[in-house]
Amino acid sequence: MADKMLPMREALRMALREEMLRDERVFVMGEEVGAWQGTHRVTRGLMDEFGARRVRDTPISEMVIAGAAVGAAMAGLRPVAEMMTINFAFLAVDAIVNHAAKIHYMFNGQFRVPLVIRAASGWGDQATATHSHAPEPIFAHFPGLYVGCPATPRDAKGMLKAAIRDDNPVLFTESIALYGKPGPVPEDEDFVLPIGRSDVKREGRHVTIVTYARGVEWSLAAADQLAKEGIECEVIDLRWLRPLDMTLVYESFKKTNRCVVVEESLPRFSFGSEIAALIQDEMFDYMDAPVKRVSAMDVPLPYAREIELMALPNAQKVVDAVKEVL
Amino acid sequence: MAAISRETLLEWYRQMVLIRQFETQCDILYKEKKITGVYLHLYSGHEATGVGAVATLRPTDHVITAYRDHGIALARGMHPNVAMAEMMGKRTGCSGGKGGSMHLAQRDLNFWGGYAIVAGHLPLAAGIALESRYNGKDDVVLCFIGDGATNNGYFHEALNLSGVWDLPVVWLIENNGYGMGTPVEVASAQPELVKRAIGYGMKEGPRVDGQDVIAVYEAVSEAVDYARQHGPVLLESLTYRYKGHGVSDRSYDKMAELRDWQQRDPILILQRKLVEMFPDVEPELAQIERDVAKVVHDSVIFAEDSPVPTYEDLIRHVYVED
Repeated sequence: MADKMLPMREALRMALREEMLRDERVFVMGEEVGAWQGTHRVTRGLMDEFGARRVRDTPISEMVIAGAAVGAAMAGLRPVAEMMTINFAFLAVDAIVNHAAKIHYMFNGQFRVPLVIRAASGWGDQATATHSHAPEPIFAHFPGLYVGCPATPRDAKGMLKAAIRDDNPVLFTESIALYGKPGPVPEDEDFVLPIGRSDVKREGRHVTIVTYARGVEWSLAAADQLAKEGIECEVIDLRWLRPLDMTLVYESFKKTNRCVVVEESLPRFSFGSEIAALIQDEMFDYMDAPVKRVSAMDVPLPYAREIELMALPNAQKVVDAVKEVL
Repeated sequence: MAAISRETLLEWYRQMVLIRQFETQCDILYKEKKITGVYLHLYSGHEATGVGAVATLRPTDHVITAYRDHGIALARGMHPNVAMAEMMGKRTGCSGGKGGSMHLAQRDLNFWGGYAIVAGHLPLAAGIALESRYNGKDDVVLCFIGDGATNNGYFHEALNLSGVWDLPVVWLIENNGYGMGTPVEVASAQPELVKRAIGYGMKEGPRVDGQDVIAVYEAVSEAVDYARQHGPVLLESLTYRYKGHGVSDRSYDKMAELRDWQQRDPILILQRKLVEMFPDVEPELAQIERDVAKVVHDSVIFAEDSPVPTYEDLIRHVYVED
C-alpha cells in the first residue's frame, strides 16, 4: 500500500480511527473531542462516525479525565484520553503518576492499565508562560509509564497505534508546532512502530545529535546547514523517553565520539541532563568532547514575540553547539 | 424490604467480629513490630458500614475504597491469611507484599483495592462504572469515601462526571467525624455532607446510622437498586473510628467521645438485636467468636510462616511483561 502525504494531525486521526474500527474496546474521551471536532482537529469526524458512546466529551476536569480513564482501563476498556494540552495535565499528575503508572506494580500485577493519554505539547505562538511547556521528561521520570513523542506524521501513526495496542499506560505527546506539517504516512492498517525503538533520522560521521519530537526538525535543519560546511551530523530521534532505547545513540557515538543533545524543554534536571549522564557512564572511553545541550532558556516563556523566540532553541543554536564539540 | 434471615444476620455478625478481631490483632502486631511501616488505619468501629454495604452487592458488582481498607476487603470475602500476609509484607499477601496495609486488592472478588491518595480512587470508580455502562451491563460500583475526601477536587470532578454520564456508582461517605485530625464541621462548609448530591444533580440518599448494620444494608440496597437502573447516588453513613486516624495518631485524646460511641458499638447493637429476635442464639454467637479467634490466629501463623518478597518481586510488574 502506498504512502499518503498527510499532516501529523491527520496521521494521528488515521491511527485513532483504524484502532477504533479494529477494537471495540478503544474509545476516545476528553475536552471538546466530539461535537467540537477536537481542539487540534485530531478527532475531527470521529463522533459522526462512532457516536457519543465511543467519542466522549468531558467536562473541563483533567483529574477525572485521567482518573476515570485509569479505572476504565483497569476494567478492560482501552481509553484514549485527550488532555487538550500538556499544561492541563499538570492538574492530572496524581492520576497519571500515582495511579496509571503504579497500579500494576502496587497490586502485584492484578490489574492492567492499557491507557493512552494524548496531550498536545510544546510552545505555540505566544501562548505565554502557563501554556508553553514541553514537560515530557517530568513524566518520563516515573517507572510504570511509557512516554512517546513522535517527530513525523509517519512516526505519529505507527507509535500511536502501538501505544493503543499495548497493555501499559502511555503518555503520548504531540508537538503543537508539528500538527500541520505534512509527511508520508503508510496507509497500511497494520503499520505499527514498536514501543521503545529509536530511529536514525539522518546518517553522519562527525557528531551525534540526540533529540526527539520538535527537536528533530531543528536538528535536521542544522545538519543541512552544517553539511554545506562539510560537517556530517548523525541525527537520532529517540521517539520514546520511556522505554529509553540508547542502542543507536551508543553505536553512533562510537563512530563520532561527540554528542549534542537537543530538547525543546527546560535545561535543569532535563532530558539533556539524562542523556549526557548516560553517555559519560557508558561511553567514557569514546568521548572526545563534553556533551553539549541545546535547551530552552531557564525562564518562563514570555508573551512578546521577540523575547519569546530568544528563549527557545532553534537550528542556529544547534549549529553553534555542534561547532563547540568539534 | 423482606425480613433478613437469621442465617444472614449471623453471617454479618461473623464478618463484623472477624473485622474487629483482625484489627485488634493488627494493632497488637504493630506494637510488637511484626507489622511495620508508618501506616496502619484500623476499621474498628466502622464494621456495620462496611459489612452492611458490601452485603448488598452481587459478585459481579464492584467495590473500591480508600486506605482504611482491611474491613472492606474482609467483608468482600478476602481470606484473612492473604490480608494478614500483606500487612506483614509477605510474598503470599494479596498484593505480594508490595502494597501493604493501604493497598489490599483482589481482582477475582471485584475488589479493586484500597487507595492511599485521599479521594484518588473516586475517578477510578467512575471509570469502572463507565465500563459497565459502555458494555451494557447492569453492574454497579460501590465506592467508599472518607468524610475528609469530600473536600478534595477529585470528589467534585468524579461526582460531577458520574452525574453527567449517569454512571452506576453508589458513592458512600463513611463519615467518622474526622479527616485525619480535623473535625468535619471545621473542614466542611456544609457539614451535612450528603447535601452535596444536589450540586451534582444526583439522587440524595439518606444519612444512615452507620452503627446499625441493618439500617446500612437497607439504605445501601435502595441506593444500589437505583444506581443499577438510573445512575449515581450519594449517601452517608455516620460512624466512628475507635483507633484514631492511624497508628501514628498521637493526638487522639477523645476518650469521652469514644466512650459515648462505644455505647453504640455496631457489634453490640447487632448482638442485642439477634438475642431479642432469637432468644436461643447466644451459644451460636459465642461459637462464632471462638471460630473467628481461631481464623485470625491462623492468619497470623500463615503470615509469619510466609516468605518475604525477593529481588525478582522487586523488579517484576513495573510493566506488563507478556
